[in-house]
Amino acid sequence: MNNTRVWQKLRPYALVLPAMIGILLFVVYPILYLVKLSMFKYNLLNKDKSKFIGADNYTEIFSRGDFYNALLTTVLYTVGVVVITMALSLFIALWLNQNTRFNALVQAGIFTPHIISIVSIALVWMWLMEPNYGLLNFALKAVGLPALPWLQSSSTSLLSIIIVSVWQNVGYYSLLIVAALKNIPQTIYEAAALDNASKFKVFYKITLPMISPQLFFILVIMTIGSFKVFDTVKIMTGGGPNGSTTTLVYYIYEFRTTSIGYASATGVVLMAIITVLTFIYFRLLSNKVHYQ
Amino acid sequence: MAAIEFVNVTQAFEKNVIIKDLNLKIEDGKFTVLVGPSGCGKTTLLRMIAGLDRQTAGSVLIGGEDVTDIAPGQRGVAMVFQNYALYPTMTVRENIEFGLKNNKVSKEERNRLVESISETVGLSPYLNRKPSALSGGQRQRVALARAMVKKPSVFLMDEPLSNLDAKLRAQMRIELIELHKKLGTTFVYVTHDQVEAMSMADTIVLMNQGRIQQEAAPEDIYRQPNNLFAAQFIGVPPMNVGDLGMDGVKFGFRPEGAVLTAERTDSHFGVRGRIVTREMLGSETIYQVKTKQHAFMIKCTEDQFTVDQEVFLGVDASKIFFFRQDEHRIAQDDVRHAAYMAALRGQQHE
Ligand SMILES: Nc1ncnc2c1ncn2[C@@H]1O[C@H](COP(=O)(O)OP(=O)(O)OP(=O)(O)O)[C@@H](O)[C@H]1O
Ligand SMILES: [Mg+2]
Repeated sequence: MNNTRVWQKLRPYALVLPAMIGILLFVVYPILYLVKLSMFKYNLLNKDKSKFIGADNYTEIFSRGDFYNALLTTVLYTVGVVVITMALSLFIALWLNQNTRFNALVQAGIFTPHIISIVSIALVWMWLMEPNYGLLNFALKAVGLPALPWLQSSSTSLLSIIIVSVWQNVGYYSLLIVAALKNIPQTIYEAAALDNASKFKVFYKITLPMISPQLFFILVIMTIGSFKVFDTVKIMTGGGPNGSTTTLVYYIYEFRTTSIGYASATGVVLMAIITVLTFIYFRLLSNKVHYQ
Repeated sequence: MAAIEFVNVTQAFEKNVIIKDLNLKIEDGKFTVLVGPSGCGKTTLLRMIAGLDRQTAGSVLIGGEDVTDIAPGQRGVAMVFQNYALYPTMTVRENIEFGLKNNKVSKEERNRLVESISETVGLSPYLNRKPSALSGGQRQRVALARAMVKKPSVFLMDEPLSNLDAKLRAQMRIELIELHKKLGTTFVYVTHDQVEAMSMADTIVLMNQGRIQQEAAPEDIYRQPNNLFAAQFIGVPPMNVGDLGMDGVKFGFRPEGAVLTAERTDSHFGVRGRIVTREMLGSETIYQVKTKQHAFMIKCTEDQFTVDQEVFLGVDASKIFFFRQDEHRIAQDDVRHAAYMAALRGQQHE
């Protein structure tokens, strides 16, 4: 009797145990370990010579100019990628939502970048952006515009990286928005037509609110993803030229051998920034989002 | 002034011709009900009036003016959709005033209209709710209010009551009839429920497979159906039909037009039969009576018989209809009518 009672109490915990073990092992433990590392002056060669230095790593972070540089670069990159991708994919989705046979083809094509490895994409774009004989400059010259140095100059390198990221993402997010658009019942638009609503009004008062949950989701996901950008930077510029594309994660990566403690502290700061950002999003926007 | 007229209208979706060469006049200020079985083209017709679908050929006139090239919002037409089609992201108030805003009605005027309309349909306490927080009946009222507030000259309704429970439906029926009296505008109401059609219509337009079968007042359609389809569509249970065995002609009588007796009586058409089923509906009882050749449904106000009982079924001459082989009704003054009457009388069998 008593045994079954106990089992009934325990059963839910037993059922979530496997998942909890996974989370503890692969999420919670690494985070705690990261926090712990961030408070050490860590010696890679001899672990015993590592020294506990409290918050010193953090004071160092906030007193170093290159951290602020990396932060600014990351913010610029994120804003660029998020704004351009959202605007473009919304635009493309609205266009794709008109059912034509041609659009079905475009839909398949536009998704392809998402399934290709970012390494291949980055390499192809590096080739396209080659200043002397790359296709992009060739095209610019063909229409009479001045050629750009692309990845070779600190003034255009971040822009180049943003372009590549947008190009890779835009298809995927377009499809997400198309799916949302297709979910809006046609009769609502018919009712709006009978209500004499202008095209702009229909878009602003009906279409946008109806897809707001998906747009909000994309905004949050893309902000987080962009803040953690690494692979594109690593392959295309290595953070350069002159640190102009050193994003936060790449910044952390640069300290991987020289100062693990400092890198860990930066990682913790990055985590905090993303958490705060997400929180702000939810606070500011969630009452504007319409959930069915 | 908004009579509606269809002139040689054809509507086809790709290769499927749904409506062919339809001519119809819907009178100004009347409550017209379009009724017919599922898929007969009622919604299609309504959408052409609203301008949501463009006809393939022919023209649609509202108030004598060809509206083919006029946008839905400019036709002075309001529509209540079958699924209401409320704007889910807007509150009840915003739903109701959306059309007014688009028509540049001033804010004070808008507020006044919304207040008075929501008073009329009993929505005042819900103005700040979203449609998802309303019951089916309340949503329906929002849909009605949204249409009414625009003061349209034509009111289109596509089965607006089909989602409601029986009691609310009966109540809304009465409210719609009163609304029509009050507004005095043209109502076009679509339903496939013939009780709704009979109870609300000034004129019923009965359709089948994209063709108009009959266009008449409810009592005329009931008393003088044009053809077999009209006879069997209007009335519950449908009209009883049997073969006369002459020229391919069929005879028919309504379930409430026959009398059941335990003893043989003298009536124009009389047969002996046996009761197979009995449905007691409260104020009336419906029996299914099996005769030698047919099975008839009979509606009686009194519940006097039991299943398996032998009964005599009698129908008066005035209650009998005849239909030609092409299913058109044979009028009383037709030369052959008397001959068919005689033939039916001769058919009396034990
Ligand atoms: N957009 C469309 N494309 C192709 N066929 C259509 C379209 N709309 C309607 N139809 C066809 O036209 C016919 C009539 O449809 P309609 O919606 O007018 O029927 P209805 O009389 O309103 O029926 P119900 O009582 O079921 O609502 C149906 O056979 C339907 O399949
Ligand atoms: Mg319909």
